[in-house]
Amino acid sequence: MSLDVSTAPGSVYDRLEPLLPRVRKPVQYVGGERNATVTPWEDAEVHWVLCYPDAYEVGLPNQGLMILYEVLNERPDALAERTYAVWPDLAELMREHDVPQFTVDAHRPVAAFDVLGVSFATELGYTNLLEILDLAGIPLHAAQRTAEHPFVLAGGHAAFNPEPIADFVDLVALGDGEEVVGDITDVVKAAKAEGLSRHETLERLAGVPGVYVPGLYAVDYHDDGSIAAVRPTSPAAPERVHKRTTSDLDDWPYPRKPLVPMAETVHERMSVEIFRGCTRGCRFCQAGMITRPVRERSKQGVSEMVEAGLEASGYSEVGLLSLSSADHSEIGEIAKGLADRYEGTGTGLSLPSTRVDAFNVDLAEELTRSGRRSGLTFAPEGGSERLRRVINKMVSEEELIRTVATAYEHGWRQVKLYFMCGLPTETDEDVLQIATMAHEVVRAGRRASGRGDVRTTVSIGAFVPKPHTPFQWAAQTAPEVVDSRLRQLREGINSEKSLGRNIGLRYHDGQPSLIEGLLSRGDRRVGRVIEAVWRDGGHFDGWSEYFSFERWESAAARELHGVDLFWFTTRERDQHEVLPWDHLDSGLDRGWLWDDWQDALDSREQDDCRWTPCFDCGVCPQMGTEIQIGPTAGEMAPGRMLPLTPVETRTSTPVHNPRLGSS
Amino acid sequence: MSYKGEAAHPSAPTVAKVRMRFAKRGRARFSSHRDVARAMEWALRRAGVPVSLSQGFSPHPRLSWIGAAPTGAASEAEFVEIGLTRDLEPEALGREVGAVLPEGVVVLDVVRAGPGALADRIDGSAWRIEMPGVDPTDLRAAVAALLAREAVEVERMTKNGPRMLDVRSALVALDVMEPLGERHPDDERTSDDPGPTRPDASTDRRTHARSAVCGTLSTVVRHTTPVVRPDDVVSALRTVAGLEPPVPVKATRTAQGRLDDTGVLLDPLEVDRDPIGR
Repeated sequence: MSLDVSTAPGSVYDRLEPLLPRVRKPVQYVGGERNATVTPWEDAEVHWVLCYPDAYEVGLPNQGLMILYEVLNERPDALAERTYAVWPDLAELMREHDVPQFTVDAHRPVAAFDVLGVSFATELGYTNLLEILDLAGIPLHAAQRTAEHPFVLAGGHAAFNPEPIADFVDLVALGDGEEVVGDITDVVKAAKAEGLSRHETLERLAGVPGVYVPGLYAVDYHDDGSIAAVRPTSPAAPERVHKRTTSDLDDWPYPRKPLVPMAETVHERMSVEIFRGCTRGCRFCQAGMITRPVRERSKQGVSEMVEAGLEASGYSEVGLLSLSSADHSEIGEIAKGLADRYEGTGTGLSLPSTRVDAFNVDLAEELTRSGRRSGLTFAPEGGSERLRRVINKMVSEEELIRTVATAYEHGWRQVKLYFMCGLPTETDEDVLQIATMAHEVVRAGRRASGRGDVRTTVSIGAFVPKPHTPFQWAAQTAPEVVDSRLRQLREGINSEKSLGRNIGLRYHDGQPSLIEGLLSRGDRRVGRVIEAVWRDGGHFDGWSEYFSFERWESAAARELHGVDLFWFTTRERDQHEVLPWDHLDSGLDRGWLWDDWQDALDSREQDDCRWTPCFDCGVCPQMGTEIQIGPTAGEMAPGRMLPLTPVETRTSTPVHNPRLGSS
Repeated sequence: MSYKGEAAHPSAPTVAKVRMRFAKRGRARFSSHRDVARAMEWALRRAGVPVSLSQGFSPHPRLSWIGAAPTGAASEAEFVEIGLTRDLEPEALGREVGAVLPEGVVVLDVVRAGPGALADRIDGSAWRIEMPGVDPTDLRAAVAALLAREAVEVERMTKNGPRMLDVRSALVALDVMEPLGERHPDDERTSDDPGPTRPDASTDRRTHARSAVCGTLSTVVRHTTPVVRPDDVVSALRTVAGLEPPVPVKATRTAQGRLDDTGVLLDPLEVDRDPIGR
C-alpha cells in the first residue's frame, strides 16, 4: 500500500514500447480501449488494480472485471485500472529490461496500487497469479508483504475454496462483488487516514461481511492427513465467513459502457446478464450452487442495458447471459422485444446457455431472425438416463431427440452436444450410450430435414468434483479410466460408419482435469505445489500448449508429505471429514448437500424450487435473500417493442444519429 | 416468417460512397489491419453511419481497404472506401466517426467518391523511419551503399515461408533526414499519452533518450508485389552495410498516392474533391 498519496507512480510505457515490436500481438498491451477510464492518481484515495490472470484476449471481455471496474471508477474517492497476464515472450523481455507488471490503462506499475483484485474463474490461473506477483515485484507470500505492498485480493468462483492460494493472498471476497468492493474501499481509506499498520488493516477488513483473511486462521491436521480444524487466530476473524449477495440486479445495470478493445478477443459482443443464480440443481455445477438464489433482471432493465450498451460499443451481437438463459421467466418477451427492436439493423442475438427442456422453436426463431442459423448447442451432460438422474439434469432422450429434430426441421444443420465423462457412479456403458444418442440425433435430423448432410458434434469434458456441491465428497475418476471410456466412445460412434461420418467428437485427455481437481479441493498444503510448479516454469496452465502434467506430478511428489495427488483427487470423503472450505459459507446447508449427495447415489432427482416447494438448501434463510422472478411491473422502454420505423431493408447500425444530417 | 435460411430483409442498395484518409498514431500503431478494420466497423455503427451491407446469407459492411500499414508501423495515410445506403455530408461523417474511434485512430479527410477506382490512384508510399541509436553518419554511408547497387534482395517471412524480394528496384528515393532539434515535430508521446506525471528518474531517462543519436530515413517506395515495407528497407541496409539498429526502428507512413514523373506522391483524394479539374 502506497501510504504517500502525493507521489504518483510514473508510466512505464516509455520502457515498454521498445519491447513491443519484438512480441506477438503487441496491441494487447497498449490499452486505449473505447470506454476505458484513466483517473489522475491524485484524484483518488484508494487505488485498485483489477486483474484477470489469463491472456488479454480472454480477460478483457470478462463481465465481472468490467462491472467492478465501472463500479469503482464511479466512486469519487477511488480509481481502478486493469492488468492481465502477459505472454512468456513479453515476460522474458520485461525481466531483461526491468519493466514491472503494468496496468493497460495508464501503464502504472501494479505494485504501486493499494489493492490488487484478482478474479479467478478457474483454478488453473493460480500459477499465473504467482507470475504476475513476481513480475510486479510483490512478495509471493502474504506474510512477507509490508506497508509498501498492495493487498492482494482473490475473488470469483474459484475463491470459494481459496485454501490452495491462502499463502499468496491477503484477502478473499466471497460471492457477488458489486458491494463488497465499496466496503473494502471504505476500510482501506480509513486505515490510510488513521495510519493503521498492515496487520491492523487486515484485522479491520476481516470484519467486512464476505471478506476472508486467510492469514488470520490456522489449520490443524490429524495424523491421517485430514483436517482437524480451521481456527481463527485473531479475535477479529469470524468463525465462518458468509458470502455476499447482490439483491436487485436492476440497481446494478453494469457494464453500462462495455470496454471495446482494439485487439481481437474471445467474445466481441454486448453482454447483458439477464439473471444470476440457478436452482436447476445440477449436482456437478458449482456455479449454480454458489450463486443462489435466482435473481432476474427485469425485461425493462435488459432492454435499457442493451440499448445503452450497443450505442456505447457499436457491437453487432447481443449476448443474453446467465447460467441457463432460456429459464428467464420472461425470455420469450425479451427475445421478441429485442428482435423487433433491432430487426434489419445487422444486430444478432445469442443465448449462450440453453437447456434442452427450456428450448423452443419460437424462441430460436426470434434469436435468428437477423439471418444466421448456424449452430445450436445443448448440454445433456450425461449419456444415459440413469446418469442424468444421478447428476440431476432431468432431460429425457425422447425430449432431446424431439427438440433436435425440430431444430433440423427449421433449418439448422448443425447441433452441438456437450457431455461430461467421469461422473460419480458412471460405467463404461453410460458413456457408450452417448454414441447411441448421437446416432439417433443424426437419424432424426436426416428424417426431419430430408437431407443427408446434417451434422452433430459431441464435445466431452472430464468431470471435476467441486467444493460447495453435492459432489464435493465424490471420488474423481482417474485419468486412465476417463481416457479408456473416451476411446471406447470413439469406437462406438464409428461402429455405424454411415452415421459416424456425420458426427464429430471433441475431447481433452483426463490429465489436466486431475490437476484442476487437486486445485479445486486442495487445502493449504497444495500452495507449496503451486509455487514449485511456477518455479519450474509453469504458467498459463489453462492452455494445453503450456500445461505439463509431468511438472505438476513431480512437484506434488516433492512437496506433499503424508498425502499425495490422489489423496486430494480420486479419494472419496466421508460424511464427517472436515473439508478445507467448511468455514466458508456459500449459504448451502451442509446437511442438505450431504442428503443431495445420497440422493444422487440413489439416482433420485430434485426439482427446481422456482416451480415447486422450497427444498431447504439453506441459502434464502441463511443469506436473508429470496428468489426474484418476473413478471416485471414495468414495460420495456416505451414504444421500443416495435421497430422505430418499418424496416424493409437491412441497414448496418441500430443507432440513429441526427448529427449526421439527411442530405 | 421468411423461409428457411433466407435473410428476412434484402440489404439496402449502395447509393453513395465516401473515401476516408485516416491516421494510425501512437499506441494504435501496434494494431494489425484486422484490428483497425474491426474498430472502424464498430465506430461506424456507434456513430449511426448507414453503411451498406453485402447481399446474401451472412451480410458484411461494404468497406474496401487499400494497402494497410503493417503492425507496428504508424501512418498518416491509410485509406478506406465506405459504401452508404444514404448520401451523407462527408464532413459530418468524418466528425461523427472521429468522435468514437479508439485512441490513436484519427480521421484526416473524407470526400464523396468520384468516378474511378481509388486503388488505381495509389502506387507508392512515403515513409519516415526513425532509428534510435544509429549514428546519422553511419546511416548516410549505408544509404549510399544501398543506392549504389542495382538490386538488393532481402528475405521476408510470409505465411507461405521465406520469400525473397528486391528492395532496391522499389526505391524511388532514400535520404537521411537532418537531425531535428529537441523534440520531433510529431512526437507521438505528446498527443496520445496524457498519462500520470513522471517521477524524476523516468524524466531523466526520457531526456537522455531524446539527446541520444537517432538516424532518420525518409524514403519513397513504389508498390511492387509484395510491397516493400520499412522493415525490408532496414534489412537491405543490413545486407549492404551491416547496419544493425540496436533497438526496433519506428516507421511512419507519411503519404500514399500516385507517383508522378519527379517521384512526388499525388494525393489520391484530390481528384474526388475537384472531379472536373481546374
